[in-house]
Amino acid sequence: MTWLVPTLVAGPILAAGLTLLMGRRLIPQRIVTLATVGSVFVMSATLLWSADTSGPIVVQLGAWEAPNGITLIVDRFSAIVLSVSTLMLAAVLLYAIFQLGKDAVDWWFHTKYLALTSGVVLSLVTGDLFNLFVGFEVMLVASYVLLTVRSGPNEIRATMSYVVINLIASALFLVLIAVTYGLFGTVNMADIASRMHELEDGTRTALSLLMLAVFGIKAALFPLFMWLPDSYPTAPTPVTAIFAGLLTKVGVFVIIRTQTLFFDSGGPSTLLLFVAGATMVFGVLGAIAQNDVKRILSFHIVSQIGYMIMGLGFLTVAGVAAAILYMSHHIIVKTGLFLVGGVVEREFGTGALDRTGGLLRSHPVVAAMFLPLAFSLAGLPPFSGFVAKLALVQEGVGLGLWAIVGVSLGVSLLTFYSMTKIWGAAFWGEAQESVDRAGIGMLTVVGLVVAASIGVAALAGPLIELSARAASELLDPTIYIDAVLGSSA
Amino acid sequence: MTPVTLVVVASLFGIGTYLVLARSFARVVIGLALISHGANLFIFTTSSRTGSAPIIENGTTGLTDPLPQALVLTAIVITFGVTAFLLALALRSFLLTGSDAVEDDIEDRRIARLGTPST
Amino acid sequence: MKSRPSPILDAGMAIAAGPILVFSLYLLFAGHNQPGGGFAGGLVAGVVVVMAWVVGGTEPMRRILPIRSSALLGTGLFLASATGFASLFLGGAFLESAAVTVTIPLVGSVKAVSVLIFDIGVYLVVVGMALWLVRALGEEGT
Repeated sequence: MTWLVPTLVAGPILAAGLTLLMGRRLIPQRIVTLATVGSVFVMSATLLWSADTSGPIVVQLGAWEAPNGITLIVDRFSAIVLSVSTLMLAAVLLYAIFQLGKDAVDWWFHTKYLALTSGVVLSLVTGDLFNLFVGFEVMLVASYVLLTVRSGPNEIRATMSYVVINLIASALFLVLIAVTYGLFGTVNMADIASRMHELEDGTRTALSLLMLAVFGIKAALFPLFMWLPDSYPTAPTPVTAIFAGLLTKVGVFVIIRTQTLFFDSGGPSTLLLFVAGATMVFGVLGAIAQNDVKRILSFHIVSQIGYMIMGLGFLTVAGVAAAILYMSHHIIVKTGLFLVGGVVEREFGTGALDRTGGLLRSHPVVAAMFLPLAFSLAGLPPFSGFVAKLALVQEGVGLGLWAIVGVSLGVSLLTFYSMTKIWGAAFWGEAQESVDRAGIGMLTVVGLVVAASIGVAALAGPLIELSARAASELLDPTIYIDAVLGSSA
Repeated sequence: MTPVTLVVVASLFGIGTYLVLARSFARVVIGLALISHGANLFIFTTSSRTGSAPIIENGTTGLTDPLPQALVLTAIVITFGVTAFLLALALRSFLLTGSDAVEDDIEDRRIARLGTPST
Repeated sequence: MKSRPSPILDAGMAIAAGPILVFSLYLLFAGHNQPGGGFAGGLVAGVVVVMAWVVGGTEPMRRILPIRSSALLGTGLFLASATGFASLFLGGAFLESAAVTVTIPLVGSVKAVSVLIFDIGVYLVVVGMALWLVRALGEEGT
């Protein structure tokens, strides 16, 4: 089973090399990319099963023992996120193939996509801080070039701010690595965690804040989210969809991982809950003010991140479990919504809400697919968002944290309001002239994503049990440390 | 970490931040390069004993910790790649718009339009 | 780029290119036990690529080295990641290295390391990157 883990990371790189060798032959490129991303998903699902039944899977690269070598580790939490992410990567790849169809101008799209896949996977499975940096950078560099697929002045400007913000975040990440290495003499996360108690309280708090700031930029937390709604909407739909679904969530993944592994405070964290609340409110207010499908959805990414941090902020098994469930549901729903947004854009040639309309009559299928996703995002029963939000609210009420519960419910209402805005402008109203028709292939892929989202709702019971098992594993760092360093350490 | 490296790291970050806030593409790129150099130098200072080689040979006594050097090398390569990409972006933007200035984003332009009386 | 031929640069390049390339190969093969390795070697070879562009622009380079940068990058990535898989297939850990010492007539004993293939991959990636960079940024009007 252990051979699966390095294969997940290196497989896409091998395939990227192959696509480069194929030159401008698109068909073989597509076959190789689809086969690779598809099998990465199958392998992730296998790892999830294995991690759930028999504990974390640890691989030491090149047979160098931890903490000296490079460690890869898959526990329940990373396996869940890994499976959901790679499923969406595969779905969006299919959508991209159908959308670009004949007029694929970007010859190296598949190479970049495979590099992105490899970066995401490496960030999720790595067991040391520096490889996390490398994983992030592979992912980000791939995302920079994907953002500039269409390179008009507007795209260049948006990409520029995206690259600048991320480069500064990377520099801060390097500072974080320097501080950590200076303090502990190691970058292995398990090794750091096992020696965290040697630090004085003040130093530990500073380190925790530095980590929150560095990964907060990547995850678009309040007040570091301003770059996101500006840069994401300019990219082509498949690219935006995968960015929206995955990239910020990798940041959230790392925040959850580091905060639970390194800093065991044993009680709800006021700071995290405040950040969560502010992220929700500012994100949703931004969304209400917008007038373009993709821009509305981009602000919603920010507000939804708040819910995940809220679950983490409780720092209880049920809270973190809800956060994990919320993350999996959100990755699917957000990707799906952006794909629907892409279909709307394809129809009218624009996503501006004053120039769309009448989709309900002309395209009942698209409308039928938008509704469950939108309801799910707002958290209406019986869709997947409801299950996750219910778990969050229950835990908040149980802990007596009424303020954050109130904020989260209010934000849900506002989310629903801005979803009705899209519904009213794009689906109801006068039929507008349609520019281009979205192919049946694109619609099928969106349908699959919707089915996955409904699947999350249908399987809510087993999924929340799985999340709870993952959360209890997360909140007991000794499991992670023992898995990497061996129980003798 | 000696006071000298401390001052150098701090000034690299300071000058870099100042340049990144400028309105010209070229300055932003140079500023980012300076910030990354600052971060790299900061990692480098953690390799404690300076002045000796990071290689064990027959009879070596003092040696520098080689790991920060490996980390810095990787970080430099990544920064180099991204800086080259940024330069390509800046060149492309210059060819498209004919100026080196960073434009306002869409939101800023909308708000600016709200402020000016419509004629 | 239509640059004026400069005799000094031309002659300098003709003299220096060979030794630099040989040195880059030395670095590549010495990398296992001594300072060097695929990355350092590739960078040194990349210097030759950039120098060739400074001397003659992109057009002569296309004549001398009629190879796509994507082919170099692709081969490099393929070799490097395939090395990792090879050790996996042979029952070791991912990227675990093995060494064989063989005696070749006239050369003497040579230590062949599986990491060398990985290093060659890295070398190709770095050279391919340099080539790509020069071609993408070096042509006027891109």
